[in-house]
Amino acid sequence: MSPLLSGAIVFTLGCYAVASVLVLVRLVRGPRAQDRVFALDLLYFHAMLVMLVLGIRHQSDVYFEAALLIALFSFVSSSAMAKFILRGEVIE
Amino acid sequence: MSLWAEVAVAVLLVSSGLFVLVSALGFARLPDFFLRMHPPALAYTVGSWCVSFAGALYFSLLEGRLALHPLLVIAALGVTVPVTTLLLARVALFRRRAAGAPDTPPPLTPPRAP
Repeated sequence: MSPLLSGAIVFTLGCYAVASVLVLVRLVRGPRAQDRVFALDLLYFHAMLVMLVLGIRHQSDVYFEAALLIALFSFVSSSAMAKFILRGEVIE
Repeated sequence: MSLWAEVAVAVLLVSSGLFVLVSALGFARLPDFFLRMHPPALAYTVGSWCVSFAGALYFSLLEGRLALHPLLVIAALGVTVPVTTLLLARVALFRRRAAGAPDTPPPLTPPRAP
């Protein structure tokens, strides 16, 4: 791993960390429930991007599968919470 | 790995980080929920595409064969993200209509009889 690539990876992970803190501010402040659900979905998405970058960093394919799993969990949890807010039930 | 390939992977990674940062900044600062739904689209498309292409390029050059599996993330996000976003937009519209906000558009279909 060259210094150029490892520096770029560190910079990217730092950007993701700052972005996650900004989304966390919205998660805490967010006036309505849908703001919090959307912020949680974005946090899942940032975790998935971190997994992909770590896969490049450690030259491993296992991180990629973790990223796909996080994407699927994000979809299921966000849509279940949105359905709950909309109807008061998840499965009617 | 040659220098130009490392430069390409580094540029893709850094641009993804910057796009995600800009979208999170917009998400934290914009005043209304419907306005706030727009900046994450930047991260969902450009941010994830840049990382996936960086991964595909890096693993292809590292293993000396075509490794396209990081592009599966693009497909998974392209299927799931619009569904989530549409559900959340409907949630926001429904709650705004239920709260009786004055400038809410009326429903397109008439309400069903109970």
